[in-house]
Amino acid sequence: MSFRIVVLAKQVPDTRNVGKDAMKADGTVNRAALPAIYNPEDLNALEMALHIKSKIKGAEVIILTMGPPRAAEIIRESIYRGADGGYLITDRKFAGSDTLATSYAISLAVKKLAPYHLVISGRQAIDGDTAQVGPQTAEKLAIPQITYAEEVESVDEKQITIKRRLERGVEVVRTPLPALITVHSSAPECRPRQAKLLMKFKHARTVTELQEEVRDYTELYIKRPYLQIEEWTVADLHADVEMLGLSGSPTKVKKIENVVLQQKETVLLTDADKDIEGLMKELISAHIIG
Amino acid sequence: MNNLFVYCEVNEDGLVADVSLELLSKGKKLANELKIKMEAVVIGNEIHDIEAQLYPYGVDVIHLAQEKRLFPYTTLPHASIVVNLFKEEKPEIALFGATSVGRDLAPRVASALRCGLTADCTSLEIGNHTENKTQKEYINLLYQIRPAFGGNIIATIINPDTRPQIATVREGVMKLEIFSKSFKGKLKNLSLDKYMKEDDFMVEILERHIEKQKINIKGAQIIVAGGYGVGTKENFALLHQLAEVIGGEVGASRAAVDAGLVDHARQIGQTGVTVRPKLYIACGISGAVQHRAGMDQSAKIISINNDPKAPINKIADYTIIGNVGDILPKMIKFYKENSK
Ligand SMILES: Cc1cc2nc3c(=O)[nH]c(=O)nc-3n(C[C@H](O)[C@H](O)[C@H](O)COP(=O)(O)OP(=O)(O)OC[C@H]3O[C@@H](n4cnc5c(N)ncnc54)[C@H](O)[C@@H]3O)c2cc1C
Ligand SMILES: Nc1ncnc2c1ncn2[C@@H]1O[C@H](COP(=O)(O)O)[C@@H](O)[C@H]1O
Repeated sequence: MSFRIVVLAKQVPDTRNVGKDAMKADGTVNRAALPAIYNPEDLNALEMALHIKSKIKGAEVIILTMGPPRAAEIIRESIYRGADGGYLITDRKFAGSDTLATSYAISLAVKKLAPYHLVISGRQAIDGDTAQVGPQTAEKLAIPQITYAEEVESVDEKQITIKRRLERGVEVVRTPLPALITVHSSAPECRPRQAKLLMKFKHARTVTELQEEVRDYTELYIKRPYLQIEEWTVADLHADVEMLGLSGSPTKVKKIENVVLQQKETVLLTDADKDIEGLMKELISAHIIG
Repeated sequence: MNNLFVYCEVNEDGLVADVSLELLSKGKKLANELKIKMEAVVIGNEIHDIEAQLYPYGVDVIHLAQEKRLFPYTTLPHASIVVNLFKEEKPEIALFGATSVGRDLAPRVASALRCGLTADCTSLEIGNHTENKTQKEYINLLYQIRPAFGGNIIATIINPDTRPQIATVREGVMKLEIFSKSFKGKLKNLSLDKYMKEDDFMVEILERHIEKQKINIKGAQIIVAGGYGVGTKENFALLHQLAEVIGGEVGASRAAVDAGLVDHARQIGQTGVTVRPKLYIACGISGAVQHRAGMDQSAKIISINNDPKAPINKIADYTIIGNVGDILPKMIKFYKENSK
């Protein structure tokens, strides 16, 4: 039995480049309007998985990502960096899922990959900063969780020892396997793409993506079946639709407000000496400083 | 039934963490508005006189779980105790600190109870709701308010149908307020074998190094905060100089932290610290909603920015248009010349 590591990686809108049309009227994110990237801490998670793979003979790294069809990019990107394969969880019925519904779907997919030894996720995704999906997935799988992992101190087929990064310190903990680990941004950065893997897998596609290709891939895929990226739908996961999407999400967005700032009465100053000197004198005489 | 719970974190000295006391202060107001009891769950070992610590905040019932293996915190036993207690008590609302403990525990609890959870709330209120489709009315829900995704957006999140309504809040967001020095509640010791199982102890802590908080921007009266516009470490040194001469602390925006200009412990905002100083000097900070959430209650705000249109200027009492690198040395110079 091989040692199986499942990595949870998410494609996220790049919150550093957010425009005005970022939210839809129903309060969910308008992903189409934003550049999509590999969630940064999920790259740290992938690196930790690849590192563990290098320590354990016959270990394999499988990526799971849930999202729209274009999230297949995450799986390709992971394979270019050394992952052995991946599955895209995609279905319109997942749309509008909060963290509880998301972790339900992900946990079903992980169970399909049983027996597994480790599930590794990022600490949090930059679109919501919730850091909930990891622990919630662990709960649904009924396995222990180690959050904020920074370093693997040791690992074998039975247990793993992890250094965790806390607010004001560090902790070293040991857990039996299977377990779920969430990885902190202070963990080692992900290794780059390998040219060899890039060449070998650049034509890897999901069925949905193949339908949009102009070029006919049929022959190539008969010769190289490993290029096929599998998609899993609600039906494949035997999921209860009531527990997915908006109906499976206990949190609802009641209201979204665009904050319009009222201009306070501000004293406008320049960088001229007299302005700055005047300000400092005022602050001193009002006993705000000094 | 009909209560509001606060999970109280205990530190190395057996004392309840500030963030939990802040949540009790807020929780009491919410509980009073709803006319329900406020209860605390405290899990640990060698906890210092818990009744004296908590009653002044108006805690009606303390649920105490004490055992050697319950400190330091590990996820599984704490989660088991909280989940089982909540199954019995069916609270309306449950609040956790958005700390490394709270953010590890709350999602595990929410998942086990299949409840909604909102992380990093900047404000909590009670309000009603009418469901659009069904016209169903909900009264007295917890509004979990937080800046959402990107830009200038504040989202109000509700959990109409699941209980408890769970939220995490960062340290410093809620004000610490004593309810009554003479208030007395009840103490209940939990019989532990009913709430947790042997298997919960499969994760072992081998080593632990926790430092005392070194940087205290939360308590500072004057804060000189730097953003991405400060640009370089050299310019950041100017902030430290100014802070030193006028007796303040240095704070930062997330963009400055991400750019490696300054330590994460100094981050101010929704995912950092919330501050309420006498004076806040924002240097090269644009004033994104997540940043403002942590500083807009400052008594006086000075913005130094080369963009007259920066949003931060709108909430500033003084706006200096220009370069941080030119202006800070002048402030230092004129302060020294004019103060005794
Ligand atoms: C979920 C989430 C949580 C977040 N939490 C936080 C948080 O807790 N705290 C936080 O701060 N941010 C947070 N952010 C990020 C926030 O949205 C902004 O990106 C961030 O606050 C911007 O930082 P900034 O103002 O320093 O940088 P910028 O927005 O890049 O602004 C730089 C400013 O400097 C000015 N400038 C440039 N050069 C000069 C110069 N030489 N002299 C003077 N002025 C100059 C520019 O005009 C500009 O106004 C969060 C974001 C998300 C999505
Ligand atoms: N849709 C998703 N697909 C795969 N992994 C996810 C997804 N959503 C969340 N995760 C994982 O859970 C972590 C925490 O996400 P969040 O709770 O959204 O902050 C991320 O870093 C990912 O590893």
